[in-house]
Amino acid sequence: MRSPTSSAPPTRAIEVRAQVVPIVSTLLGSATALVPTVALSPTWPPIGLLMLLAWRLLRPEIWPAWIGLPLGLADDLLTGQTLGTGMVTWTACLLLADLVEGRLLWRDYWQEWLLAAIAIAFAMLAGWAIACWTGGATPVRLILPQVAVSILCFPIIGRLCARLDRWRLAIGKIRAQD
Amino acid sequence: MKAPSRNRRPGFSRRAQYGLFFSYVIAVTGILAGLGLVVAAHFDPTGFGFIKGAALDTTAPVSTAARGVVRGAGNIVDGIGAYFYAGSQNAAMARELDRDREALVRARILALENERLRRMLKLVETRGGSIAVARIVGSTGVSSRRYATLDAGRAQGVQPGQPVRSPEGLVGRVVDAGEIASRVLLITDSASVVPVRLARGGAPALAAGRGDGSIEIRPLGAGGNPFNRGDIVLTSGTGGLYPPDVPVAVILRKDGDVAVAWPLANPAQLDYAMVEQPFAGLPPPPEPAKH
Repeated sequence: MRSPTSSAPPTRAIEVRAQVVPIVSTLLGSATALVPTVALSPTWPPIGLLMLLAWRLLRPEIWPAWIGLPLGLADDLLTGQTLGTGMVTWTACLLLADLVEGRLLWRDYWQEWLLAAIAIAFAMLAGWAIACWTGGATPVRLILPQVAVSILCFPIIGRLCARLDRWRLAIGKIRAQD
Repeated sequence: MKAPSRNRRPGFSRRAQYGLFFSYVIAVTGILAGLGLVVAAHFDPTGFGFIKGAALDTTAPVSTAARGVVRGAGNIVDGIGAYFYAGSQNAAMARELDRDREALVRARILALENERLRRMLKLVETRGGSIAVARIVGSTGVSSRRYATLDAGRAQGVQPGQPVRSPEGLVGRVVDAGEIASRVLLITDSASVVPVRLARGGAPALAAGRGDGSIEIRPLGAGGNPFNRGDIVLTSGTGGLYPPDVPVAVILRKDGDVAVAWPLANPAQLDYAMVEQPFAGLPPPPEPAKH
C-alpha cells in the first residue's frame, strides 16, 4: 500500500464518497430521462437500470438486494412510469443476479454481459407489460429496438462505473491497486 | 476473471446470515408492495397524484432550463440548412402564397356567412377560454407510454382532465398536475381515444393512439372506409372534454377498415401549448315545437 500523497482527500471524505457515489450515479442515470427531447416512440435506454446492473455486477458487496426498492421508486418518479414498475423490476433483477452468482464458480466479461442482457430484457419487457396492463397497450415491436440499444450500451456504462469506482475508492492514491 | 461473490457469503457468522436473510425478506416484501402499487394504478390511474405532482415540480425546471439550449442548437442547424434551398423554397412559397390568398378570401366569406347563420339560429357559443399557455419541456423517452411535460401546474390553474392544444392542433390532455408543472397524455399514447369527425363530409370516427407517433382512425359508420390520403380529421366534441373543431391529424394511408394518421401538432417540434377548459359537451337539441 502506498502512503497517502498530499493531493489525496482525507479518509473520512473518501468513506462518505464510497457510499454515496454509486447511489448518486444511479440517480443521475435515471435523471437522463429529463433531457428536454419529446420522443414519439420509446428510444432512450434506461440508463438508471444500466447503472444499477453495472454497479451490482462490479461490486456485489456494496448493496443489499432491497436497494432496488428506493432506487426503482426514484426512477419511476423521474421517468414518469407507472409507480411500482422500477421497484418491482429492479429488485427482481438484483435477486436474479444473486441467484445466478450463487451458482457460478467464476465469471468473465461475456457472462457478465449475457447476465446483464437477460436482466435488461426482463426489466424492459416487464415494464412494457405493466404499461400495457395499466392502460397503454403498445405493440411489443416498438420496444425491441430500445432493448437492443440498451444491451449494446451496457459495456459503456460498465466502463463508466469502473472509472467511478476507482475514483470513489481513490484506488492508486491511498489504496493499493485492486 | 474474478470470484463471483466477494464478501457476499455470510460464512458461519449468525449475525451475517440473519442480515442477508432479512435483506431478502425486505426485497421480496418490497416487490409485493410494488406490485400492489401497479395494481392500484390499474384500477385508479390518477392515484398518487400528489407524489407524482411533487416529483414533476422538482424535475421540470431541469428540463425547462435545458430546453432553451437544445432549441438554440436546433435552430442553428435549421438556419444553416435553410440557406441551401433558399431559391427553390422561395419560388415554392410564392406559389403557395398565391393559392393561400384565394383560399383566405373564400374563408373570410364563409366566416361571415357562418356568423350570419349563427345569429339566425341564436346559437350560443359556450366555449371555455384557455387557462394557461405553457411550454412543452420534455417527454418520457424511456417508458413505452407517451407523456409530455408542461411547465405550468396548479398554480396557473391547470387541473388533471383539461385538454391541451397548440395552434396546429390537438396535443392531448393533462393527467397529473404539480404546482408548477404537469404531465400531458399525448394523443399518440395508446391509452388516448379522441372522438373525431372527417373535415370533408363529417363522417364520425375515433382517433386512438398507437404508441409509435401515429394515430389510428376507426370510422364509426358501418361499411366502407371513408378516408383518403391527405384528409384532415377534427375533434367532434362528442362526449365533452375535447372542444369541437380542433384539427387532430392528417390521414397517411388506409389500412383495411381503419386509417393511419399523423398528428398535426407534432409534439417533438412543439414549443407552446394551450391548456383549455374541458368542453362541457354540446347542448341538447331544442324541443320540437308542438302544434
